[in-house]
Amino acid sequence: MSEALQGFASRVRTERGWWVAGGVVVGALIYPFIVETLQVLPLIGDFVPRTGSMVVMLVFTMMALGLNVVVGYAGLLDLGYVAFYAAGAYTAGWFASLQFEQVTFHFGSTVSNDLPGIHISMWFVLAAAGIFTTIVGIIIGLPTLRLRGDYLAIVTLGFGEIVPQFVRNADESGLGFDLTNGTYGITPIDSLGFGSFVLRDQQNKDDLYYWTAIGLILFTVFCCIRLRDSRLGRAWIAIREDETAAAAMGIPLMRTKTWSYAIGAFFGGIAGAFYSSFRAGAFPADFFFNVSIFILCMVILGGIGSIWGVLAGGMILGYLNIEGLSTIGAKVQDAGLDFDPTKYNFGIYGFIIVAMMLFRPTGLIPERRHKIELAEGVRDSPFYDVQTEGTLTDRDPSDN
Amino acid sequence: MAEPDNLLVAEKVRKEFGGLVATDDIDFTIPRGSIVALIGPNGAGKTTFFNQITGVYAPTSGSIVFDGTEVTGKPPHAIVELGVGRTFQNIRLFAQMTAIENVLVGMHCRLKGGIIGSVVRTPRVRREEREARDRARELLVYCGLPRRHEEYAGTLPYGDQRRLEVARALATNPTLVLLDEPTAGMNPQETADFIAFVTRMRDEKDLTVLLIEHDMKVVMGVSERITVLEYGAKIAEGTPAEIRADERVIEAYLGRGAAA
Repeated sequence: MSEALQGFASRVRTERGWWVAGGVVVGALIYPFIVETLQVLPLIGDFVPRTGSMVVMLVFTMMALGLNVVVGYAGLLDLGYVAFYAAGAYTAGWFASLQFEQVTFHFGSTVSNDLPGIHISMWFVLAAAGIFTTIVGIIIGLPTLRLRGDYLAIVTLGFGEIVPQFVRNADESGLGFDLTNGTYGITPIDSLGFGSFVLRDQQNKDDLYYWTAIGLILFTVFCCIRLRDSRLGRAWIAIREDETAAAAMGIPLMRTKTWSYAIGAFFGGIAGAFYSSFRAGAFPADFFFNVSIFILCMVILGGIGSIWGVLAGGMILGYLNIEGLSTIGAKVQDAGLDFDPTKYNFGIYGFIIVAMMLFRPTGLIPERRHKIELAEGVRDSPFYDVQTEGTLTDRDPSDN
Repeated sequence: MAEPDNLLVAEKVRKEFGGLVATDDIDFTIPRGSIVALIGPNGAGKTTFFNQITGVYAPTSGSIVFDGTEVTGKPPHAIVELGVGRTFQNIRLFAQMTAIENVLVGMHCRLKGGIIGSVVRTPRVRREEREARDRARELLVYCGLPRRHEEYAGTLPYGDQRRLEVARALATNPTLVLLDEPTAGMNPQETADFIAFVTRMRDEKDLTVLLIEHDMKVVMGVSERITVLEYGAKIAEGTPAEIRADERVIEAYLGRGAAA
């Protein structure tokens, strides 16, 4: 009897994670039906996010998961992830809006057939944005990924600055033809088509986008898990730990790093295209440096390299950003204090990150490997470069 | 063939770090199937030479031909693919990976699973992964690690870490194995066991072995040929008996006057 109990208990322990995950998924799927009930609950009711806010939280969480492939798996610090978000959003702008009114091309779109511009079904555009952003990732990655550590971070930061400046200026006056509509951005961008579940009103639209976002998150998590446990995933961890040893074991550094960059970009691009469709526009003001940092904060808060951690970190920071801080601010002001936390949002995120670094540096839900890293440290020494003969990177000080 | 069958031929391999000549026009050959040792005092350029064979450094001048292919200046992963496996002087395992994962990383270039195949987990990828794991376990057992395959490499005891490094090098399916001071930190008994293991491994796996050693006694028993470096230059080459009698070697090791 007790043996049976023990067997049951151990099965519960091993399967507990899946039950939790299953519960979360079911809860997430029925969220639009229960949100109004939750919102009238005493005490916590005011803090329950609207479905529309949930969509934005999920979009940013998806980007955080993509960035996690680069930062968490391969250990490459990318401070310009917003570039991929922008690339995805503008792909949607090009292929599903009035932007190119000189041509009229429709393919499975929801808008009426006489509208000018290219209107391809947003579903295809999501896929196209993923592929286009992957290519952008490879193009940015190939020259920059030869760099290491801080230098890579600085160059990615540069790309993160170049992209919004480019989209601001790629209009008639800057580029000769109107690619991005400059500072005004591209709007409106078409909606996703939902067949007979048409977008009746805002609430209905939020719900449908919400379920789509849940689908995208599940897809991203699935890909992340499979990649983590694959040959490529092992190669990323090896590179993260010790580039020299990884290369000496036959891992092609450039190719493997570029793949992590490209895959991170892929998810960022899809998320960007989806988000631009949800808010019906792509605006250059959305693609500033602080967005890259914000997404990076989600990864750090949740736990670098940990899928479940990044999910949690993304949802928490996403919530604070879109609703949480203003809700808290309203409460604070109701209590008679003149303090508006939304004014200090980045200060608050910074404080959260500093507090995390002090008290729980591995993140909310740490990845098991990173726990060891903090306990034992990693070896990381500059690696060879055939071209830069005689420079600092040429010599491995620990190896002679 | 008039020439002896050499697996590796290095000609006038030179490496300069600024004004320092780390390896000074070294000529070096490794006959197929042999165990060859490279010895010399600390700082003689042994590891630098090693790093040029494995592609970590590109030589300043000279050429290295492995198994008929010019490898000078090729990136390390390409040289591994051709069949050169190595260990490191100061153990460089992936501490955050389990023992078996370390070995699987070594198999990287022999496996084919791509991105989409890995995400979809096609039957082919699944079979490949399963076979790779089986082979990794065999290799670990072969190298003297029958247990603790799922433990993180960083938590293994020192001796096991050394064994794991050899297993990881063998996982790349090499024809030439480079061992960089593999017995460093071992006691005499462990050293003797390891030397026996190297010979057995050479015979059973059809390998050629290049051993770097700092301690002369270790290599005398195991190697068929020995090359001695000092200040980046080759000062002697020959069988263990010849090396033992060489005056310059004695001088390099024991100081001037010792040979007299």
